[in-house]
Amino acid sequence: MAITLPIFMDYHSTTPVDPRVLEAMMPYFTQKFGNAASRSHAFGWSAEEAVDYAREKIAKLIGAQSEKEIVFTSGATESNNAAIKGVAEFYRDKGNHIITTVIEHKAVLDTCKKLEKEGFSVTYLPVSSDGRVDPAAVEAAITDKTILVSVMLANNEIGTIQPMAEIGAITRAKGVLLHTDAVQGVGKTPFDVQAMNVDLASITAHKMYGPKGVGALYVRRSKPRVRIVSQMDGGGHERGMRSGTLNVPGIVGFGKAAEIMLEEGPAEQIRVRALRERLRTKLQSALEETSINGSLEYRLAGNLNISFAFVEGEAMMMAIKDVAVSSGSACTSASLEPSYVLRALGVGDELAHSSIRFGLGRFNTEEEVDYVANLVIEKVKHLRNMSPLYEMHKEGIDLKSVAWVAH
Amino acid sequence: MAYSEKVIEHAENPRNVGTLDKDDPSVGTGLVGAPACGDVMRLQIKVSDEGVIEDAKFKTFGCGSAIASSSLATEWIKGKKVEEAEAIRNVDIVNELNLPPVKIHCSVLAEDAIKSAIADYRAKQAAKRCAAE
Repeated sequence: MAITLPIFMDYHSTTPVDPRVLEAMMPYFTQKFGNAASRSHAFGWSAEEAVDYAREKIAKLIGAQSEKEIVFTSGATESNNAAIKGVAEFYRDKGNHIITTVIEHKAVLDTCKKLEKEGFSVTYLPVSSDGRVDPAAVEAAITDKTILVSVMLANNEIGTIQPMAEIGAITRAKGVLLHTDAVQGVGKTPFDVQAMNVDLASITAHKMYGPKGVGALYVRRSKPRVRIVSQMDGGGHERGMRSGTLNVPGIVGFGKAAEIMLEEGPAEQIRVRALRERLRTKLQSALEETSINGSLEYRLAGNLNISFAFVEGEAMMMAIKDVAVSSGSACTSASLEPSYVLRALGVGDELAHSSIRFGLGRFNTEEEVDYVANLVIEKVKHLRNMSPLYEMHKEGIDLKSVAWVAH
Repeated sequence: MAYSEKVIEHAENPRNVGTLDKDDPSVGTGLVGAPACGDVMRLQIKVSDEGVIEDAKFKTFGCGSAIASSSLATEWIKGKKVEEAEAIRNVDIVNELNLPPVKIHCSVLAEDAIKSAIADYRAKQAAKRCAAE
């Protein structure tokens, strides 16, 4: 099969809409365009019926007991805000302490920071060098003021999967609510809100081959019944938890994406993991001084976060510009700080600057992996040949012993 | 981030990549930046008896703009007198490469690399004169 450039290997950032998803959505733009809240005519009924079907599939995908536990939102950022702020506001009289981790997405971290300004106290748990949260640390951090623990299912940069069931057993026993930002993990690693005792979960369509602009928040309805204060007030949609006319075509697409994941997800992950391992072994057998960031064992099948020592990540991305990847080098961001996730693992700043994140997914092929592996190997060698650090390393100079003059 | 055409051109076809003998008294070496900050430049000059930079080489660990800034610096200083090379300012590099604000530090690093190489060359020449006296 011929290779078409550019090649997309950035599936953690977003995914293309599966053609089957798009097909399912199409009628809901033009013919079945009704408002799902219109109870008085057939246009509204058919929209509502489609939304209910999607709700059912999404509930099933995450092991929810009832489709009524699914609240549609505009995406995971909104879901994270709705969950954390919503719980904080509702349970304020019970306590003001929230526990989360240092490697959460900014949608969680910045929400927690805002709550700190409003009088809440937040514990940011560290992670081990392989990116995992220690459930015992969660337990130790819980106080009688703790109302919520928020730990992501899988990390967006390093793909590390957290011990959600162990954490859920602790929070349930302690009577503390558990929220998870499950965006990266749903459909890609086993996730079951019942088995894991998860009380709130944020998910989004566009990370699982659905459209952008539609997400959901799972809110447990029994044992315990979770209450949140809505962050969006108006017509009382979504049982008062999120007002606003439902994005019916988006929700239909989300439902179809969930349906496909239910049927094909497990087999797909086996195929994607094989591609990831093919890429990893090719790179690591051809190149010296590479390191994998995050646990290889507890890792999303499609994630490869790898540092090529002595080569700067952004220069690397420029050298492989026909391949869409991402880097923990912060040369692209205004702060010039490297990834806070890699820092949290204790990866040195120089290796954080040298990291590349490959995100493999549904539409990648073996041919693409081989093409990318060969290209990356060639470019790493090329950039190392023009790297003073590589030359010094080859001369036997310990780079840590050099008195660098930082800017 | 969108790069200017000149940055892309230099990054894809860097001029004067390489290494000069750092123990040669006519060679000055400047090593600036830090790996933890994401950029390190090494710029070397070889100066003739008449004080003209007859060769310049660089190696850079850094983003495309850092590579382009150092590549451009070597191109500019070759054939110049040491004093003329010393007069190059980072803004000249910013203007030539159309660097955005977030990349200005790359040009600062390149200016520092030139100055540092010249300082090293002068120190070596001073040491040589001392030894001769």
